[in-house]
Amino acid sequence: MIFMQQLINGIALGSVYALIALGYTMVYGIVQLINFAHGDIYMIGAFAAYYAANMFNLSFVPTLLAAMVVCALLGMTIERLAYRPIRKAPKITALITAIGISLLLENLVRIIIGPNPKSFPGLLTSKMVTIGNLEIDSLKLVTLGVSIGLMILLTFIVHNTKVGKAMRAVSQDKDAARLMGIDIDRIISYTFGIGSALAAVGGVLVGVLYQRIDPLMGIMPGLKAFTAAVLGGIGVIPGAMAGGVLMGIAESLTKGFISTKFSDAIAFSILIIILLFRPSGLLGKKSSEKV
Amino acid sequence: MKKKLLSLLTSIIVVAFVLTSCGTKQTSNNSGTTSSSDKEGDEIKIGAVIPITGDISTFGKSTKNGIELAVEQVNSAGGINGKKIKLIVQDDENKPEQGVAVLQRLINNDKVVGVIGSVSSKVSIPMAAVATQNKIPLISGASTNPKFTSEKGNEYAFRACFIDPFQGTVIAKFATENLKAKTAAVLYDVGNDYTVGLAEYFKAAFEKSGGKVTAYESYNNGETDFSAQLTNIKKNPPDVIVLTDYYQNVGLIAKQARQLGLKSVFLGGDGWDSPDLVKIGGTAVEGGYFCNHYSKDDTSPEVVKFINDYKAKYNEVPDALAALGYDAANMMFEAIKKAGSTDGEKIAEALKKIDLKAVTGEIKLDENRNPIKPAVMLKIENGKQVFVGKVNP
Repeated sequence: MIFMQQLINGIALGSVYALIALGYTMVYGIVQLINFAHGDIYMIGAFAAYYAANMFNLSFVPTLLAAMVVCALLGMTIERLAYRPIRKAPKITALITAIGISLLLENLVRIIIGPNPKSFPGLLTSKMVTIGNLEIDSLKLVTLGVSIGLMILLTFIVHNTKVGKAMRAVSQDKDAARLMGIDIDRIISYTFGIGSALAAVGGVLVGVLYQRIDPLMGIMPGLKAFTAAVLGGIGVIPGAMAGGVLMGIAESLTKGFISTKFSDAIAFSILIIILLFRPSGLLGKKSSEKV
Repeated sequence: MKKKLLSLLTSIIVVAFVLTSCGTKQTSNNSGTTSSSDKEGDEIKIGAVIPITGDISTFGKSTKNGIELAVEQVNSAGGINGKKIKLIVQDDENKPEQGVAVLQRLINNDKVVGVIGSVSSKVSIPMAAVATQNKIPLISGASTNPKFTSEKGNEYAFRACFIDPFQGTVIAKFATENLKAKTAAVLYDVGNDYTVGLAEYFKAAFEKSGGKVTAYESYNNGETDFSAQLTNIKKNPPDVIVLTDYYQNVGLIAKQARQLGLKSVFLGGDGWDSPDLVKIGGTAVEGGYFCNHYSKDDTSPEVVKFINDYKAKYNEVPDALAALGYDAANMMFEAIKKAGSTDGEKIAEALKKIDLKAVTGEIKLDENRNPIKPAVMLKIENGKQVFVGKVNP
């Protein structure tokens, strides 16, 4: 009983991690870059929603769309200005740049908006939904629903649309894709846009759910989502979802049955153990790399 | 090969992030002494280290107002021994490393003779060691963790408030005697000395008086999802739930607890005292009780005068943090006056013997440099704080 309740808590938490993890995985799958600024884009999504909702009195769906647009543009701008010029440089250069962008975003927000936490507007009212003996917060169901919906949409985009097919082509072989007439820069830009928009959704959902946002809110979820992406096999979209939900459940169960003090330690230990035995992640393919 | 490299890199980055996010303690590397000779002219420089921004910024603002009021009053009365007070305020953002850094700047660059600060114990405790190394007296208005003054090497740390064992006992006493509570659950932040201390002392006192603690749960700093812990508490719904954190988290937790259907009465410490508590918690914190340093409904002449002066200057009713900031500043001024010197060692000696009729009660220090004075209990009713009663040590 309690176990089921904790499981639900974990899945709700994990679905947010999964949303952020999707962005990490998509970007890695295509340009082999771990975009460490991704967690901060999630934070900016939450703040964009905060201002959109407060200034224009928007309801939930328009706020969500506004945050997605802001973050998609931001993600594409960052890619254009920071990552594209160093695309040919060694991977470590891009990684360090990403960490730099992450710190830049955090501190810019701290300077412009101030480091004080903000109280997120109550866009949706919470009700308790009773299913059998279980009680679930309606907001958690919304979080779960939105996350699953977006994951299905993303899978559809990647597999069935022209852009998605181009993305997969670029991820397999950039040069061959270029020879086939695919505009690689544009596809990479789209990838960052879509990934960032998903992070924004995560930010808005967390804002609605917990009603407190601050400039450093992206650090821990960003790190956990990154872990989730690696756990599931970085570059694999279903892996990111599985990894995110797994991380959420592990965290929730540890808090519920062992101790909060171990919750992060256990979550990250799972990562290390998986990497030891399955270096390519849970759903990652053991592919021989091309040289 | 590449995958292996990636996994290695990943582990390194994860470890590095976790380590850095745990908060680093800065140690001072300058055991430099400040001589009393480099005071210029007719000014006495006093530093203040307070969280003007960050998660407990309303505490910082109130404390700053209280200190500035005290400075203004002492200066308009002619200063101390003919010298005017110059206050230099620094922001610590409620971060230990930031607090230590600005304290060092105040001591080394600004050559202050004494410092007031900080608000939260986790910032004040590392600051106390730095102040002691430099022989600069440090008075905190509101840091209630015993370690701040009792640790060895913190001999220059003083405070204007009571300490957590006393506060924890008062809350437990109130729960058993006034609320007739038999069971209690405790929820605290593992990363904050203040909340940990309060939780421990409450638990000990509550169990001693025959109560049962049904759940003793914690969370990590910065967390916003408390559903796992609250689900555990809900297994055996207790009479009271003790939330030992500051208003930001208390409001958040209270809301989530009510959403889960918990009906217990919330109890807490002085960390609740902020107008933002009701803004964040809304109706969820209604009917909660907390222990505090002073009540604006108190009719003692010191309190009435302070409230009038404060209202005249800031056009609002002071909270406990403002009163404690005011008291801490006045302790410093009184000690400088008594010492007749701006030498850190002499001010510290004078502070140990202080006997000051302050807003939050008469301040006399025990051998650990902690004041002995009563606490008040307040209730949240219709979004306002209502005076319930005074509890003596």
